[in-house]
Amino acid sequence: MALSQDVVLAGIKEIVVEVAGIDAGLIAMDKKFTDDLDVDSLSMVEVVVAAEEKFGVKIPDDEVTKMATVGDAVNFIVANGK
Amino acid sequence: MSRRRVVVTGLGATTPLGGDVASTWANLLAGKCGVRKLEDEWAQEASVTFAARVAVEPSEVMERVEMRRLDRSEQFALIASREAWKDAGEPDIDKERLGVVIASGIGGVITLLDQYDVLNNKGARMVSPHTVPMLMPNGPAANVGLELQAKAGVHTPVSACASGAEAVGYALEMIRNDRADVVVTGGVEAAIHQLPMAGFASMKALSTRNDDPAKASRPYDKDRDGFVLGEGGGVLVLEELEHAKARGAKIYAEVMGQGLTSDGYHIAAPDPEGAGVTRAVKFALRDSGVDLSEIVHLNAHATSTPAGDVAEANALASALGTHISHVAVSATKSMTGHLLGGAGAIESIFCVLAMHHHKAPPTINIDNLDEAVTVDVVRDKPRDLPAGQIACINDSFGFGGHNVVLIFRSYEG
Repeated sequence: MALSQDVVLAGIKEIVVEVAGIDAGLIAMDKKFTDDLDVDSLSMVEVVVAAEEKFGVKIPDDEVTKMATVGDAVNFIVANGK
Repeated sequence: MSRRRVVVTGLGATTPLGGDVASTWANLLAGKCGVRKLEDEWAQEASVTFAARVAVEPSEVMERVEMRRLDRSEQFALIASREAWKDAGEPDIDKERLGVVIASGIGGVITLLDQYDVLNNKGARMVSPHTVPMLMPNGPAANVGLELQAKAGVHTPVSACASGAEAVGYALEMIRNDRADVVVTGGVEAAIHQLPMAGFASMKALSTRNDDPAKASRPYDKDRDGFVLGEGGGVLVLEELEHAKARGAKIYAEVMGQGLTSDGYHIAAPDPEGAGVTRAVKFALRDSGVDLSEIVHLNAHATSTPAGDVAEANALASALGTHISHVAVSATKSMTGHLLGGAGAIESIFCVLAMHHHKAPPTINIDNLDEAVTVDVVRDKPRDLPAGQIACINDSFGFGGHNVVLIFRSYEG
């Protein structure tokens, strides 16, 4: 069964709350990890590893560099998840 | 041009006696002991089951998200430096004239060991990207420097148990040499973990008084059997005198000078003659320009090891000659345990407060004074120090044969 956007967004919210301590209500598809959510390059590694674990998907490093917003990450996971 | 003078304008600490300077100092004067049985599971089967943990856990004063990116030693550094900076009045200064010198003896050893467990149990991919910034020994200094935006230089001297004192001396020189006007300095340690404790125990360096932890750290007592590992840290704000006066800062005391030597004797054992210590005291007296008659107090390194305490006392007697009988000696590790790289820093704070309040803290747990100890030890209760201009010595030694002696003087305006 493919992952729905809602499920993935909820999962990413959980991870970002854990890593960056951001209020879940502030996390949305259009938010930028660095500028809006205080997720720096090191913390982004944590987000990616946690997302891979959670959704059983491999996110290559060159894809990570393209993920500016939460939506970028959610869409990649929905498209590539099982 | 006369030499730039350096004063202390802010203090901060988190120690086994309190989460800040005021509570630490009050408990120190009251002769309270911060040594306790460890609750950790690993400690229950260890050969040494006690240590001196900080009185206030970082989680009580720090946000979870900030904590998870910081080694415990870095948490201590930020907690103590925030208090010190606030105490100094949060001076609005040119950041290119602000430095940080914060030492650690071992660095982020708990992070290193925890992440090694992650590597073995979960694989390399799960190792935290924060691992290296958390384990590097300069991490505490770097984090404080980053928070304060210090740009005159951020440094971390490493000399085992002398590290904290060496940091204060380095900060003194930064201001004297006109590299900075204000330097935030001190030392931290967070090494209460199975492995470092097993290593120290294996050297027979730790007390094994498992049945009575509060009595285990007993410098100068006949039945002392080793040091007690402590954790925490202390931070001082050093400032050039005219700079401090110009902004109307509160001045606690003056940092007068330092003496540094090395033993060239053994990797861990103290030179029984204490020649390196004697030389360091003499260098510090010369560097400080303090008259010997002004020295009325000494915060000793005295870790409660059978060999170290006596070697130090003999070296001090040799360096100060007959004047030693006029010096009130305090061994505060009897209450705080041994903070390794944090020791020289919290003991510098104790010296500064002793000068400021004209009061020497006590030494506890001496049931039978070792006859080989001939210095005048302040026992059980604090002792009033003379009025007027007074000075004191803080000496610290580290594995490797490092000797650091600092001299502080009361600031009478």
